Amino acid sequence: MAVEVRVPAILQSVVGGQKVLRVEGRTVGEILDRLDQEFPGVKKLLLDEDGQVRRHINIYLNDEDIRFLQRLETPARDGDIISILPALAGGGIHALR
Amino acid sequence: MKMPVRVYIGTPLRRFTGNLARVEVEARDVAEALDRLSARFPGLRAELFDEAGQLRRYVNVYVNNQEIEDLAGPNTQVRDGDEIAVVPALAGGADGAPAAPAREKLVRLTPEQVIRYSRHMIMPEIGGTGQRKLLSSSVLVIGAGGLGAPAILYLAAAGVGRIGVVDFDVVDLSNLQRQVIHTTDAIGRPKVESARDTVRRINPDVEVVPYNTALTSANALDIIKDYDVVLNGSDNFPTRYLVNDACVFLRKPLVDASVFKFDAQVTVFLPGQGCYRCLYPAPPPPGAVPNCAEAGVFGVVTGLVGAIQATEVIKLILELGESLAGRLLLIDTLAMDFRTVKLRRNPNCPVCGDNPTITQLIDYEAFCGVPVLAQS
Repeated sequence: MAVEVRVPAILQSVVGGQKVLRVEGRTVGEILDRLDQEFPGVKKLLLDEDGQVRRHINIYLNDEDIRFLQRLETPARDGDIISILPALAGGGIHALR
Repeated sequence: MKMPVRVYIGTPLRRFTGNLARVEVEARDVAEALDRLSARFPGLRAELFDEAGQLRRYVNVYVNNQEIEDLAGPNTQVRDGDEIAVVPALAGGADGAPAAPAREKLVRLTPEQVIRYSRHMIMPEIGGTGQRKLLSSSVLVIGAGGLGAPAILYLAAAGVGRIGVVDFDVVDLSNLQRQVIHTTDAIGRPKVESARDTVRRINPDVEVVPYNTALTSANALDIIKDYDVVLNGSDNFPTRYLVNDACVFLRKPLVDASVFKFDAQVTVFLPGQGCYRCLYPAPPPPGAVPNCAEAGVFGVVTGLVGAIQATEVIKLILELGESLAGRLLLIDTLAMDFRTVKLRRNPNCPVCGDNPTITQLIDYEAFCGVPVLAQS
């Protein structure tokens, strides 16, 4: 099952500058594992020490937040789109330092 | 298509119509009907219109007993069988003219305003009533920066009566690539003053209330409570959480957006329907997210997004259409891709959930682990 993973600008440097990746996997968690094999460190940016999605990041399967589905166990099907959405502060010059 | 409509002539004007109380004319809209009427009874024109050709302020015009200010002004369409009433205000209702309908406590439009807002008022979705609602409304804009600048311009042009602007910063040369309300000669001036001056030149109907201060836990509730809607153009996480919590506590609609490089996120939080903390319970750890100065920001994206925010604000005021509440709009301007994903209220949200644990404003700098630097 290949799904499309959309990577936000803020994380693109970690995946070789790519915006869209095609990744195989049966669940969202499995897809993140595959992603981490290819680009080590990705998972650490998205998940905390307990393996939960970090609180400033949301992962969507199509238009639904996986928190309201089965979290990382959410099954993914061919053609699904996974979007990673980190909190953004911007609007101007100063942001977090 | 032109329709025969009846025009009721108020008593004081009948000396110009040969004492006729009712005259039939063919017209598509009120303006045309009055023009026909004046052509037929030349003495009437000077009574109805000023030198600039505008309907005199003291002349009230009704279509089927509704004042045209509540419809589309002079552009109000008329159909076969409609009755237009032309009644000088001085005559009141005493001469048997249709009684003025019960009025909301809204401002009256001047003839100049009827022209200024005619492209709004001609749309039945807005009309005179909607325009007067806008003029009686108030919006607080947090930050006169990338998002706030275009948003304020459009809110002012649309005739939002009172716009509060919170920003403690001064205009910097590096702001001008996107903060379109500020001009080169404003460099070094407080942004709120620069914004106020620009608005004055665009629309003198609008009152700008400048708050040349940082928004803090000490002043946020006091400032926000006086406004109908809040537009968030802040650029840092502490202010973002502060504005969110204050809007939840005060039950104010919040039109929120953030921008990063070529991408943006926009949404609307309505009281009781979820908040920023439902979406992002906690900020990223300091250093996890590069700032705009490091990463850059595509100037025109802030214009696009600020205009979308202004759109949502005006829709809320006019109760038009469907807002972005319950949806998060994701914009990727490089792909020119717009998508929405669902956004839900979290019943366990510490601020807006079923059993909130945060019931007053907190120390947001400590919460985010950073100092509040600016909000433009």
